[in-house]
Amino acid sequence: MGVGSGQLEPVIGLEIHVQLSTRTKLFCGCRVAFGDPPNTNICPVCLGLPGALPVVNKEALRYALMIGAALGSELAERSVFHRKNYFYPDLPKGYQISQYDLPLCRGGELEGVRIQRVHLEEDAAKLIHYGGSGRIHGSDLSLVDFNRGGTPLVEIVTHPDLRSPEEAGQWLRLLRATLKELGVSDVNMEEGSLRVDANVSLRPLGSDRLGTKTELKNINSFRYLERGLAAEIARQEEILAAGEEVAQETVHFDPQSGRLTVMRGKEEAHDYRYFPEPDLPPVQIDEQLLAEARAAVGELPAARIRRYEALGVAAHHACTLVFRTELGPFFEQALAAGGAPAGRVASWVVEELAPRLGEGEDPLEQKASPAALAKVVELVEAKRISTAAGRAVLEALLAKGGDPLEIVAREGLEALRDGDQLAELVAEAIAANPQAAEKVSAGELKAIGPIVGHVMRATKGRADGATVQRLIRERLGV
Amino acid sequence: MAAELLALSALQAVAAIRSGELSPLELFRFYRERAAAEEARADRLNCFCWLAEEEPSAEGLRELPLGGVPLAVKDLFCTRGVPSQAGSRILADYRPPYTATAVARLQAAGATLLGKTNQDEFAMGSSSEYCAFGPVRNPWDRERVPGGSSGGSAAAVAAGLAPWALGTDTGGSIRQPAALCGIVGLKPTYGAVSRYGMIAFASSLDQAGPMTRTVADAALLFSLMAGRDPLDATSVELPGAISLPKAQELGGLGRRGRLRLGVPRELFEREGLAPGVRAAFERALELAGQLGAEVTDRVSLPHAPHALSAYYVLAPAEASSNLARYDGVRFGLRVEGEGLVDTYERTRAEGFGPEVKRRIMLGTYVLSAGYYDAYYAQAQRVRTLILADFRAAFEEVDLIVCPTSAEVAFPLGAKREDPWAMYLNDYFTVPMSLAGIPAISIPCGFAEEGGRQLPVGLQLAGPHFSEQLLLEAAHALEGALGFSGREGWV
Repeated sequence: MGVGSGQLEPVIGLEIHVQLSTRTKLFCGCRVAFGDPPNTNICPVCLGLPGALPVVNKEALRYALMIGAALGSELAERSVFHRKNYFYPDLPKGYQISQYDLPLCRGGELEGVRIQRVHLEEDAAKLIHYGGSGRIHGSDLSLVDFNRGGTPLVEIVTHPDLRSPEEAGQWLRLLRATLKELGVSDVNMEEGSLRVDANVSLRPLGSDRLGTKTELKNINSFRYLERGLAAEIARQEEILAAGEEVAQETVHFDPQSGRLTVMRGKEEAHDYRYFPEPDLPPVQIDEQLLAEARAAVGELPAARIRRYEALGVAAHHACTLVFRTELGPFFEQALAAGGAPAGRVASWVVEELAPRLGEGEDPLEQKASPAALAKVVELVEAKRISTAAGRAVLEALLAKGGDPLEIVAREGLEALRDGDQLAELVAEAIAANPQAAEKVSAGELKAIGPIVGHVMRATKGRADGATVQRLIRERLGV
Repeated sequence: MAAELLALSALQAVAAIRSGELSPLELFRFYRERAAAEEARADRLNCFCWLAEEEPSAEGLRELPLGGVPLAVKDLFCTRGVPSQAGSRILADYRPPYTATAVARLQAAGATLLGKTNQDEFAMGSSSEYCAFGPVRNPWDRERVPGGSSGGSAAAVAAGLAPWALGTDTGGSIRQPAALCGIVGLKPTYGAVSRYGMIAFASSLDQAGPMTRTVADAALLFSLMAGRDPLDATSVELPGAISLPKAQELGGLGRRGRLRLGVPRELFEREGLAPGVRAAFERALELAGQLGAEVTDRVSLPHAPHALSAYYVLAPAEASSNLARYDGVRFGLRVEGEGLVDTYERTRAEGFGPEVKRRIMLGTYVLSAGYYDAYYAQAQRVRTLILADFRAAFEEVDLIVCPTSAEVAFPLGAKREDPWAMYLNDYFTVPMSLAGIPAISIPCGFAEEGGRQLPVGLQLAGPHFSEQLLLEAAHALEGALGFSGREGWV
């Protein structure tokens, strides 16, 4: 950061493309499917054959309106499709049917990030290049698979309201969870059903002027978004520190090398010659469609995070429960079983249960039921079993299922009470660790570890750690 | 027998087949042989770019509403497995995998596909000279043009090479060649006939319609092709079914009794209206009066003189985009170049003719950044004003009447190198296209030129979905005018 220029802050906006999971394409009846043999889900319309005409898919309209409703956008009653004209082999008509000045939804906001617009457009086909550079110019052969061509995409454009790569990543996770909750998309970044372009500029902290932005294109994971933005911010800082100016250009981030490639501005100088698509009359959204779209929007992740926090769940646990959508329903059911405070249940689900599951595994399909987990948390909270014993019960539940109380009884995991037995064990432990005892007596409380460990080993973890500590201190008179 | 068959209108042929007097295959062979013989001549009319190779299956044809009567179809309609080239080299021998809705409906009603007719490339032209497959000639005088762009369909019907035909009209491409060839041509209300499978020129203007010998034939063909198509979002259901016109006079056809016909001065008092055309048109107006119509010239379309300018912004703009798909990647001509852009350029340079290139450039220009408002948006405003003009006029009169074309068929080559002179051919037809209203051209007599008697066309236009009234009025006038058209038969 340049001395004298003061501190700089990044200003980040996102442009997100969401592939909708409608049954059929945006303008024809072809199936939307991944992994089918190339060029099998095609017809005259999505191949752009002479004479073929588009007809708007009503399901896609409804999905797009649902997204708008979820983001608090103004839903247009009348919306117009435009043609965006350019030549490319993945664009069979020589134009993309998109939206321009009359999008389906305008405005809105999600957790403090303002939305500019939400519109519908068709996806391009997929190009596969063989030989040479791996890009179209210089490759030996390029093939086109039109299966993807014409798949409905929703484009969401934010205002530049994000201030750091981490914030951008976190916000995108929330958006992704929101879209997933709506059930309108698979939102899989690796498979390309969620694609992100980010624009970023720097400005002096506190300024409300926008600097020259660059655009980071084709980001296909959260990690690349955060790393790519950080790299680009560093690049811009260097340019500004050298007293030079950032040029408006497109930047590609290579996640393998961590390097940025700058595309020269000229290559991107397109005139798309937008004009209203004459093959499609303006879309008139009737009350019924609007009502359907609004009714289909239930509790959304942002609201759910707030609700969890209000129940006493730690913020980072609340986010995890919401973003890892498979955990939320398990948590809700465990909570409904009663007996344990929400914050503790959340902690157990996130910190204990989730790490014991495989990637993407649904906890509700495991042998440990939500009610059983709730019981474990309750026993731990009541100090009837120790935390370590609780973990052992959870392992047993995951392995074989069953009733936590029975497991506790069968395995003899009941916590040792504050009685003679524990007092004896504490005395034994102090005797076995004279050096540690001396240090603790001298006021070095951190040295208590080996003594506690001794008791824990002797009780196979059934003693309550806090109680053991108290007893040791009492005995040593500190 | 041959003369008898030729003398049958399509409607009469349907009746003869359905009553068992005529076999559908006999009629099909008759026309196919006539068309093939004509195409074999050295100075051939060049109406067809493809003729049916096989006879259709006769099974069940007789029971269908069209009884198997053969139909000539403009090249730009997609017909499954049959060349559909839109008159362009870039689509030479392109055989689509599907059939246009309008054609499919007529085939389902018992029409048999006789052939595909020649046309101006992508329907851009008014003389059928801008054809990749050679110019079409006018059967009334082979040294003259048939009009365009549906010149092949018009000439085929006029020459008696097909009982009837399908054309398309963007700015006059059905009506003007119908006028220059002495036949009937109906451009329906925009949206009345599905555009699905019609190779697009200008999407907001293109309409398919019948080109026939008689008004009743036009009504029959139109009634079976019209209506909403789920594959064309701009198509609509007609408010009522179309029936065969019966009117013998004009007296009772109007909303308030007498049919009121308005002659807008902007479409009549124009320089360049040929005296012979004016005379034939005025005689027809007199006849209309005798049939009970009230003819008035107190009706105005003040913005009509700007229609042509607006049209030559809007139509090329849409065309420049519609024709982007001809890139050599998936179908049609591909001229291999060095890399992607070079292949695009060579393919399009060799595939498109000069008139198409001219319009693509014009359309690209008017849509480009910085010019959009001055041209495209302005032209849309003019279009809105023209529609308002017609709405106001139809408060005063039931139908508008004017010449279809300022002149009769002109000599081959006379305007080929002068685009503006060519564009002026559409002066009388473009306003209706921009307004999306229906209009019909019928032959109203002859004018002499170069020692020849050449047909003159009269155009009637009405409000949206007034096709039935147009057909009734045209039918009554047709009966009184007594134009037979036989002199055009080859």
